[in-house]
Amino acid sequence: MEIVGQLQKQFVDFSTSLNHEGFLDEQYLQLQKLQDESNPDFVCEVVSLFFDDSEKLLNNLATALQQQVVDFKQVDAHVHQFKGSSSSIGAQRVKNMCVAFRNFCEEKNLDGCLRCLQQLKHEYFLVKNKLETLFRLERQIVEAGGTVPVIG
Amino acid sequence: MKKGGQKFSALVVDDNKMIRKVEEKLLARFGFETKVVENGEKALKLFDDGYTFDVVVMDMEMPVMNGPVATRALRARGVDCMIVGVTSCGDGPEKAEFEASGLNCCWEKPLNAEIVGTILNKLDNKMS
Repeated sequence: MEIVGQLQKQFVDFSTSLNHEGFLDEQYLQLQKLQDESNPDFVCEVVSLFFDDSEKLLNNLATALQQQVVDFKQVDAHVHQFKGSSSSIGAQRVKNMCVAFRNFCEEKNLDGCLRCLQQLKHEYFLVKNKLETLFRLERQIVEAGGTVPVIG
Repeated sequence: MKKGGQKFSALVVDDNKMIRKVEEKLLARFGFETKVVENGEKALKLFDDGYTFDVVVMDMEMPVMNGPVATRALRARGVDCMIVGVTSCGDGPEKAEFEASGLNCCWEKPLNAEIVGTILNKLDNKMS
């Protein structure tokens, strides 16, 4: 029982810190509330879609910014997609990066865009890492015979 | 719930698979019977095939046929159900254009419990 208690505390502390540090916002909590017995892997499925989507978008952005003549409208369209999906999952820092990125697109500022792309990649891989850790903790709790605490 | 215990019906129109999944689940949690399609053209086809919905949740930017064009086309066909726009565009001319195409209201993404609750209240009020 003790190990379950420890793992649960770790999970709660980690989730809280993710929220405080702005990695995941209210929207992520909403997703967790949508998960139930009829759809026990809902959050994991949504997050997997987000990972696939994001990695495609990052590749598309890199390609678009490497063109001889950069089509800023196309770049903006990709960032717009990324903003939509990151906000739907509650990946707040990624979403905020997208907002900044769109401003550079509007200004047709290539340097700004390239810098933003690097920062966007950084933020995305950070939140991906955090989410994978969160899921690992959940699995450990369940494997130890406990239930995952509900946050918020 | 409608009278007679029937569920309200919703159509989600969004080109992003992840967003379709989240919006469908959220609406289902509030008791909506939900269908999802990936662009405005597919939404129009459902209506042309005789489907009706109590509310359409319409994304703004989609390939093939976007939100404003689809909304205008639906209104032109006499579709008078609630059409709610969702966009990650923020306030500005694009949002204004979207609203002018015939939406009942427009919200910033992401769709959340508060927004769906508001939609449900409006539909309940319409019924009574």
